[in-house]
Amino acid sequence: MKAQLEAIRKGALEAISATQAVADLESLRVKYLGKKGELTAVLKQMGKLSAEERPAMGQMANDVRTRLEEAIEAQSAALSQKALEARLKLEAVDVTIPGKKPAQGHKHPMYSVLDEMKEIFLNMGFEIMDGPEIEQADYNFTKLNAPENHPSRDWTDTFYLKEDSSVLLRSQTSPMQIRAMETYGVPIRMISAGRVYRKDEVDATHSPMFHQIEGLVVDKGITMADLKGTLNAVIREIYGPETVTRFRPHHFPFTEPSCEVDIQCYKCGGKGCPTCKGEGWIEILGAGMVHPKVLRNCCIDPEEYSGYAFGMGLERLALGQYKISDMRLIFENDIRFLEQF
Amino acid sequence: MKLSRKWLQEFVDIGPVNDRDFAEAMTLSGSKVEVTEDLGAEISNVVAGRIKKMERHPDSDHMWVCQVDIGEKEPVQIVTGAWNIHTGDLVPVAKHNSTLPGGKKITRGKLRGVLSDGMMCGLSELGLDERDFPYAVIEAAALLNDYKPIEPEKPSIPADIQPGHKIFGPVVCARVETVMDNGGGHWTFALDWGESSGNVHNVRLQNIHQGDLVAYNTKSQSICTLADLHAEQKEFPHCIPDGIFVMHEKCRPGDDIKPIIGADDHVVEFEITPNRPDCLSVIGLAREAAATFDKPLKLHTPVVKGCPEDADNPLAQSIAERLDVETPDPDLCPRYTARMVRNVKIAPSPKWMRERLRSMGVRPINNIVDITNYVMLEYGQPMHAFDYRYVKGGKIVVRRAQEGEELTTLDGSIRKLNADMLVIADDTRAVGLAGVMGGLNSEIVEDTADVVFESANFDGACIRKTALALGMRTEASAKFEKGLDILNTLPAVNRACELVELLGAGEVVDGVIDILNYVPQPTVLKVEPDKINALLGTDVAENVMYTTLQKLGFETTKDRGMMKVPSWRSDVEGMADLAEEVARFYGYNKIPDTLSSGLNERRGWNFVQRAENAAGALCRAAGYSEIITYSFISPTYYDKIDLPANSLLRNSMKILNPLGEDTSIMRTTTLPSMLEILARNYNYRNKSVRLYELGRTYFPKNDGSGMADEPKVLSLGAYGGGMDFFTLKGTVEAVLEGLRIAGVRYETERENPSYHPGRCARVYSGETLLGVLGQIHPHVADNYGADCELYTAELQFDALYQCAGGKPLYRPLPKFPAVTRDIALLCSRSIPVAALEDCIRRGAKGLLKNVTLFDIYTGPGVPEDKKSAAFSLELRADDRSLTAEEADEDVKSILELLKTELEAVLR
Repeated sequence: MKAQLEAIRKGALEAISATQAVADLESLRVKYLGKKGELTAVLKQMGKLSAEERPAMGQMANDVRTRLEEAIEAQSAALSQKALEARLKLEAVDVTIPGKKPAQGHKHPMYSVLDEMKEIFLNMGFEIMDGPEIEQADYNFTKLNAPENHPSRDWTDTFYLKEDSSVLLRSQTSPMQIRAMETYGVPIRMISAGRVYRKDEVDATHSPMFHQIEGLVVDKGITMADLKGTLNAVIREIYGPETVTRFRPHHFPFTEPSCEVDIQCYKCGGKGCPTCKGEGWIEILGAGMVHPKVLRNCCIDPEEYSGYAFGMGLERLALGQYKISDMRLIFENDIRFLEQF
Repeated sequence: MKLSRKWLQEFVDIGPVNDRDFAEAMTLSGSKVEVTEDLGAEISNVVAGRIKKMERHPDSDHMWVCQVDIGEKEPVQIVTGAWNIHTGDLVPVAKHNSTLPGGKKITRGKLRGVLSDGMMCGLSELGLDERDFPYAVIEAAALLNDYKPIEPEKPSIPADIQPGHKIFGPVVCARVETVMDNGGGHWTFALDWGESSGNVHNVRLQNIHQGDLVAYNTKSQSICTLADLHAEQKEFPHCIPDGIFVMHEKCRPGDDIKPIIGADDHVVEFEITPNRPDCLSVIGLAREAAATFDKPLKLHTPVVKGCPEDADNPLAQSIAERLDVETPDPDLCPRYTARMVRNVKIAPSPKWMRERLRSMGVRPINNIVDITNYVMLEYGQPMHAFDYRYVKGGKIVVRRAQEGEELTTLDGSIRKLNADMLVIADDTRAVGLAGVMGGLNSEIVEDTADVVFESANFDGACIRKTALALGMRTEASAKFEKGLDILNTLPAVNRACELVELLGAGEVVDGVIDILNYVPQPTVLKVEPDKINALLGTDVAENVMYTTLQKLGFETTKDRGMMKVPSWRSDVEGMADLAEEVARFYGYNKIPDTLSSGLNERRGWNFVQRAENAAGALCRAAGYSEIITYSFISPTYYDKIDLPANSLLRNSMKILNPLGEDTSIMRTTTLPSMLEILARNYNYRNKSVRLYELGRTYFPKNDGSGMADEPKVLSLGAYGGGMDFFTLKGTVEAVLEGLRIAGVRYETERENPSYHPGRCARVYSGETLLGVLGQIHPHVADNYGADCELYTAELQFDALYQCAGGKPLYRPLPKFPAVTRDIALLCSRSIPVAALEDCIRRGAKGLLKNVTLFDIYTGPGVPEDKKSAAFSLELRADDRSLTAEEADEDVKSILELLKTELEAVLR
């Protein structure tokens, strides 16, 4: 019996270690350990043994069982591991094959720049206002203190929709200053962006329709220092914290004092180059303290309130930020262009 | 506005400030410098030289080898092909390694084997012309030794012609024996013409040298030019009216050429804003420069000697006796000032004046015209000079033109005038267009004897409109239109007369005609330092403010704190203007940076803006890229989208002065804009395109205001990449879902002429029409040249916003499992899926949670007029696990309703 057990053990262990598949292990288990298995068959002979032999044989039989179970377990684990490894190997992919992108639309670069601007001002506590593009000359010019014979009123400069020149396509976003003050009164902190129209033929730097962003702050005690501080903060957010600016006197009918703001040329650092036309500076916006006449036109007492306003062209900003060489690309909407941004 | 720094120096000495610093300082004080031009930048190593010796080139029939003294130890040898020079002439010499205008470089070289150590220059090589140096005009004789017959077989002059040979009539061949320089560009030549000999005096022909053969007219005793011989230039190829610039200037060999020709000046170009017409003058800019650099401004009061009082001297008559001026339209001519000059000698103006005019971009013409331009540049006051003899009746009337009246202006154009225009007229006719341009009929010409100088002030708006209407914006009109200082006319006209006397150009008649129709009252303003500092956010000292203003010509008055605004500063009207004056000289960049504190209740994105942002983000998430299209379109675009002739959408607002037809009306639909862009991409062979735009449309308001309603439309456009109706619809569904728009339904749209009648839907939320979507009608696609299926959706943004849902509310997650039942229905083909779905929902008894269509089938096994639609039904109770029986009961009820309502049965 002992020899039998030993033979089973030896034969079974050999068979187990030789298996290649988990399924084969299961049949071995049945073959040796099952109810009709070889070990079971041997155990059934236990009754024939003497009482002295029985415990020893029992012990041995149990050992063989345990040994076989362990061997099956171990072989099973080894086989699973092998199978897993084989599967993983099979499943390996070429990671350099391009991924499958979900279709992703792109924001127009002009509006990306605009949204960046909006975020900056929103974070400073401004609101955003929207107004009509078909506008009254009163708002576009008169209430903004543009004299009756101002050249920008000419039919060669501005698009008109009424023979008496009373209705036009706004040539600037500045009429929103008037609308904002008339509608909401003071205090006010707003920006307004949108389409404006001027009678310029299409070329690399001009378009009859383009975009401006306008800002207006009116409150008690607003100073030109506030104008400078705010604009400098905004400019540094757009162009980087090291940006050098300069404010220089200029003239707009609706602000006094007025200024234009330049940044030091980012290409040459102020030495002068083709980008800045040798000046070392690039003009980026116009601004000023709201003209007392404009405040009065909106029934705001300039003795009590003051404010500042600013405006800038967005196309030029977008062109500069993305190094786009031709404004026509903005309105051409070639998908190959749009997908770059 | 250009400014010569030399001229500026006459009014303010700012010291040795280089161009860059000057530009920077002026720009920061408000006079923006565009560019500074160094007139001599391109000229280097060019000096004056004196010709010491001339020999004919041994190997050339026309070149000269010259020894030229250029102020160095030894003269340099220069070979030239020019014939107008003589020994002793003072000429510009471009030395070895020199540069000339136009980037030309001169180096040592050999000409036909002879070393030439540089080049002698002509006027054009120095960037000049005869107007700059009228005396340098070259006249050439016809040298017989230069004769090249047109037809070598038949020469008009024999090649071996000798002195004494007759050429024609009294003209004979003569040899130049000696050349004597009379000075001033004139010579005496001793000639030998065979049978006789003699001298010809005071000849201005510069190309004659000893040994030359010339054609001598024995009758008129003159040397013949090409014209005299009726010869063509190519017969005498080197006898050209061109050559070296022989200078009559005070200079010595070796002197730098730049100061001699006025190229040592630097010209600064300013951008002058329209509120500062006073800065369109040397004096105006000098005042700004003086204030900027804190140097005294040196102004000059013109002194006119006029004529002595002498009864016998007709000149002593005052102008009042010669000229009568009327201004019947005083509002258009606030002031008219005139003076008169007699016995004018028209001649070129002196070099200094020509140089200054030229440096400021004005072409010198003659002394009188140059004086008017000089005064205009210096004082900023446009002047006009006209010939007195053409002022008929000795009367000047400044009046409105008659309707249709014609005037030929100085540029030779015939101008048709109207009554809104102002003319300078005599008794009978217009002689000038006031403030714009003089008339040809009173132009200053060679033999003008008596001149009237006009220095007037005209209404800016009138001049601007006139110039605009006639398309002739001139230097003068550009100044007048901005509104000029009414007090400037008198000093300006006096300055002109002073210059006349200085130049010896004529005799100034006593007296001034000065009609002042409007007496300007000086503006007096209170200077309030506290308010100025409060506006600027600065702490500028009171006395600094006063000094600054004084430098700019503001005058203190006897009332403390009150200052008189100078007459040329009509732009200064109040405290804010004074603040700007203070700020720009204090320095904008010295104003501190502060952030205004305070928050408003309204701030950040509002709800509409959030919805706009969300809509855009949803489109992009669906793969659509943003476009920007023009708001104006061509009326023909409506035809392109097959809009019927009577469509209300054709009622567009029209631009009355469009750039062109293509951009002449405001769009009422964004569809053509989108299709245009799709077609463009298609033409660029872009295979798959998905685009969106949130753009405005424009509809006239009916309130008579002329204004518009400008609703925004969210338009989607796509083609290629497997695009079909349902892909587009899926995107629209995603956008609407993203905006939480509830109760969305789609209806078939067959009437929209731009869309495929079988592939177009209107989309609603409840009863609100949100828009339309579908495939573009093949005919319309064809109109756009697109040979593929184009898909678009047009969603009204206002409707989207109205129907957009608020914040979503949480619904508890199901605790009990659902039962799924799939049903395949057989029904008529004409029944839309939406109807089946609706019926299924209504047929359920409360357990149906979800219906999903998963298959539509027509074909074998299904009758011709039927279709099979398979739905997956999800049934669930919130409070228990469903039994199969419960589920079946609901399904049964659903099937019953489908049968009774739609005759749809289980397949």
